[in-house]
Amino acid sequence: MMKQWILPLLRSLLLIAIAVLLLMPVVLSVVSSFMTEREIMANYSMLGKTDTSVFVNLKWIPDWVSFQQYDKVLIATPNFLYLFWNSVMLVAPIIIGQAAVATLASFAFGKLNFPGRDGLFFLYLMTMLMPFQVTLVPNYLMADRLGLLNHPSSIILPGVFGAFGVFLLRQFMLHIHSAYIEAAKMDGAGYWRIFISIALPMVKPGIAALIVLLFVDYWNMVEQPLIFLQDAAMQPLSVFLSRIQEDALGISFAVSVVYMMPMVLLFLSAERYFIEGIQLSGVKG
Amino acid sequence: MKLQRLSRKELLAAFGFLAPSLAGFSLFYLIPFGQSIQYSFQDRLVGSFTLSNYKELLLSSSFQKAASNTFWFTAISVPILVVVSLLLALLLNQRVFFRNWLRTAYVLPLVVPVASIVLVWQILFDWNGTLNAVMEHFGFSRQDWMKSEWAGFVIVLVYVWKNIGYNVILFLAGLQNIPDQYYEIAGLEGAGPVRKLFGITLTYLTPTTFLVVLMSVLNSFKVFRETYLVAGAYPHDRIYMLQHYMNNMFLSLDIQKVSSAAVLMALCMTGLMFVLFRTERIFRSYME
Repeated sequence: MMKQWILPLLRSLLLIAIAVLLLMPVVLSVVSSFMTEREIMANYSMLGKTDTSVFVNLKWIPDWVSFQQYDKVLIATPNFLYLFWNSVMLVAPIIIGQAAVATLASFAFGKLNFPGRDGLFFLYLMTMLMPFQVTLVPNYLMADRLGLLNHPSSIILPGVFGAFGVFLLRQFMLHIHSAYIEAAKMDGAGYWRIFISIALPMVKPGIAALIVLLFVDYWNMVEQPLIFLQDAAMQPLSVFLSRIQEDALGISFAVSVVYMMPMVLLFLSAERYFIEGIQLSGVKG
Repeated sequence: MKLQRLSRKELLAAFGFLAPSLAGFSLFYLIPFGQSIQYSFQDRLVGSFTLSNYKELLLSSSFQKAASNTFWFTAISVPILVVVSLLLALLLNQRVFFRNWLRTAYVLPLVVPVASIVLVWQILFDWNGTLNAVMEHFGFSRQDWMKSEWAGFVIVLVYVWKNIGYNVILFLAGLQNIPDQYYEIAGLEGAGPVRKLFGITLTYLTPTTFLVVLMSVLNSFKVFRETYLVAGAYPHDRIYMLQHYMNNMFLSLDIQKVSSAAVLMALCMTGLMFVLFRTERIFRSYME
């Protein structure tokens, strides 16, 4: 009787220990964001200095729980909110645009017959599998040709037409039973009508998954703004945070938490779609 | 006659649905990629056909360094990540408490922006950081982790932290696709747990494993983010990646060279995928 649960318990303890280890960076950031600036400086101002032998003071519980950092980040210095807004204005158009464009295209790839369909889809697939280092070059050439460099649209447009959405939503489209579509055709529905009343409602979970996955990917972006945007005022918060240690250590944890919170909350509330999206991007087409 | 008209209608509809995507995809990906192939063979001054871009690229010591660092990073970190996440998924797939919470915890690092966590890595691995404090406490001499040969090791750690959840999700899905009857039959035939693990679990997990390897390789090329955010534009030689090299080429507007680097990399990736898919096909036909 005892033996029944002792092994699962040990297993669980091991897995919990690993989970705690993995969550440690996040917890440390959140905890530290409630320290006063003075406490942060006392604990961490020796970072990056080789001329001192004082170690950092890793602390899990603040001396005083203080909202000083948040006050400064959200109210006193609008600069951070401005950079946050830059991030939003880069990411939101990409997500909305790619979801719209990809839903249309995936219907054609998943549910319609036309010559060259599989060959064309293969091109999308190959492009999706190419690392940044390859696709950034064509993106750059075209942005340069169109005079978009140093403008947010040099990042937004290639994002809108990224291949990932077409790939993912096609997976969802393939799951729609063709009988529904045949039946609608019999009733005399046109393709647009079939798309609106049958395909669209059935791929809604797919669109939700796509939105979460795109948000995770683009909220994180570093490569594109570094190359396409010379103007520091246009940079998203992600690029700015890399220099925060020198510029604003005292409030850096609050900035980090403000930046990660939209992501974390979205993930926790839409975890089902997120997981489903990853699993389906795994089913080979 | 009717059929033909119907299919022409379908063709027209397909084109309509495809048009926005195809237009943008051609404009920002296909056409300019063709152009970068062309640039990669073009002389920078005269514009005539030449192989010198490739030759200069391959002979340049910083490209060699970047390519070999990127190669070794992928070759070392991908197997570590795949094995660790497979073990986790195997454990998680058995009877455990709080399974869903644990899975959430493993996936969370994937959605946390790298930039938000940079400071924590610095606190851990700085010259005055926690790891060095621990080292000195136990009588070892301190290391400048990010600015020495150890930097590669730190980046592998960050990569595993970030991507473990993604692979656990894929492996768990693969494990749940193996029918329970296989285990029951094997049990009736007297197979032990080890035999079941190798004979059933790992064998039927092979297609998933191929996919996990492919995704891990792709994600390993994204590690520039972590490297850049932790170590800046000029990191230690050990973690100078292809993306650093290409950023410098972009900054100096050397379009010919950056084009030839992209074309070379596309070729390597295509080759790699070809090999992966071929081995998978051979393996699958062998299984049936």
